[in-house]
Amino acid sequence: MDARLGFSTVDAAVHHPQPEPVVRLRGFTRRFGANTIIEGLDLDIAPGEFIALLGRSGSGKTTLLRTLAGLDEVRGQDVDVPASRAVVFQDARLLPWKPVWKNVALGLKGDVRERAETALREVGLGHRITAWPLTLSGGEAQRVALARALVREPKLLLLDEPFAALDALTRYRMHELVLSLWHRHKPAVLIVTHDVEEAIALADRVLVLDKGRIVAEERITARRGERAGLSGRLREKLLSHLGGDDHGDGVVPFGPIAEAAE
Amino acid sequence: MAALAIDDAAKGKGIAPLPGRSFSLSRFGGRWLSPVLLLLLWEAGSRSGLIPERTLAAPSAVIGTLIDMLISGELPSNLLVSFARVTAGLVLGVTLGLVTGLIAGLSSTGELAIDPLMQIKRTIPALALTPLFIVWFGIGETPKVALIAFATIFPVYLNLYSGIRGVDPRLLDAAKSFGLSRWEQIWHVVLPATLPSLLVGLRYALSISILVLVVAEQINASAGLGYLINNARDFMRTDIIVVCLMVYAILGLGADWLVRIIEARALIWRPSIVEQ
Repeated sequence: MDARLGFSTVDAAVHHPQPEPVVRLRGFTRRFGANTIIEGLDLDIAPGEFIALLGRSGSGKTTLLRTLAGLDEVRGQDVDVPASRAVVFQDARLLPWKPVWKNVALGLKGDVRERAETALREVGLGHRITAWPLTLSGGEAQRVALARALVREPKLLLLDEPFAALDALTRYRMHELVLSLWHRHKPAVLIVTHDVEEAIALADRVLVLDKGRIVAEERITARRGERAGLSGRLREKLLSHLGGDDHGDGVVPFGPIAEAAE
Repeated sequence: MAALAIDDAAKGKGIAPLPGRSFSLSRFGGRWLSPVLLLLLWEAGSRSGLIPERTLAAPSAVIGTLIDMLISGELPSNLLVSFARVTAGLVLGVTLGLVTGLIAGLSSTGELAIDPLMQIKRTIPALALTPLFIVWFGIGETPKVALIAFATIFPVYLNLYSGIRGVDPRLLDAAKSFGLSRWEQIWHVVLPATLPSLLVGLRYALSISILVLVVAEQINASAGLGYLINNARDFMRTDIIVVCLMVYAILGLGADWLVRIIEARALIWRPSIVEQ
């Protein structure tokens, strides 16, 4: 590993001694009818690790996320995910008929208002506790979604392109917020994105998913905030994987079928 | 033109023109103008003998009759009877609509069992069942209430059922991802999401109930608005008939107002209502 590079390609053969992973997938395969969306995927996520999953539309990244979120059944597959997990979706998916704090407290038991308010203050929305979701801006709604996820103190936080619909400035602020929340709560984070810059800015490890397989894996060792320098080379490398060969053999064409799966 | 000129002058002096002042006629008077004119023509026609009283009583006569009927208690007591009928029918019909709609919406077995029957029922105009209901239930209160109930099941059922089926699956996914049980999902997501559509159904049910009430009350009634109308017809009292028509209209308006109140409270989260 070249320390000056600030990132390193992970060699699958090298065994990293690591604590018990919070997520463990072995040979995970997902098919819709005759179409294989994900094939033979192995994935470990260590506690507190920040992973970015890059992939084009139809690469299977949403399917993988749904599996980790427990939204799809995984009968007879070797899949371990923690019971305490939470998802932030691209569209905030707040229930419009519940005020903000009730959305945050959704499904919680006990003195939930207190906890919801604390979480909302943490994301800087202490002043919108009783607002109706439809009156929020996109960035605010997404912060509520973050608060709703964090209030559960998850071991695994899943972010499904959470900032794709936000403007650049708001997105940048959200990156900072996510990192500060991650530092404080230390969940393992998996962010699904198609934005290479976002992946580099946030993650410890970047995975590139293409046609249901992990085709590249980069570990970023440079400190966050000092990654501007490595951005160029790593970016090129990741982009080349992303834009990689369109006509890989032995893999079904994706296109509309995968879109439907998403 | 004069108003415009004044507005311009006001702007020039930096004075904001009073909003809507130049258009006060069209805003406040305008909409009432033509109905009032019609009433005046009607009154004039009656007084000059152009409209015979046996064809249509004069507005002034109608108002006089209305006051008389109010004072004598004839109108309130009969209105109460009609109101009780429509309420009983509605409670029955809406309850049945809610139950069937929930069953068909929430379970596929329920859908299989209930929806075909409902679609068959829909093709039968409720009022066409009047003779059959008279044979079954006689000519008392039962057929009247039963007709109203029968007619109001469907709008409630259909709107509830389609509302449940139209719930955004992404919201359900989110609820599921936060570990909500099936019943919690129904309570927190499905039912509130269905409410706007259900209220539309309720509004239809209310207006249909009054429609059916009018016809059902013509079945040999001995009290109620329909009885008043039938009686008035026998004595060619067009003034009483018009009074009763007015009361039916007011009932309809009242029903609409009721649903509006419910909507404003239950759907307060909707932006159109939030912004007000």
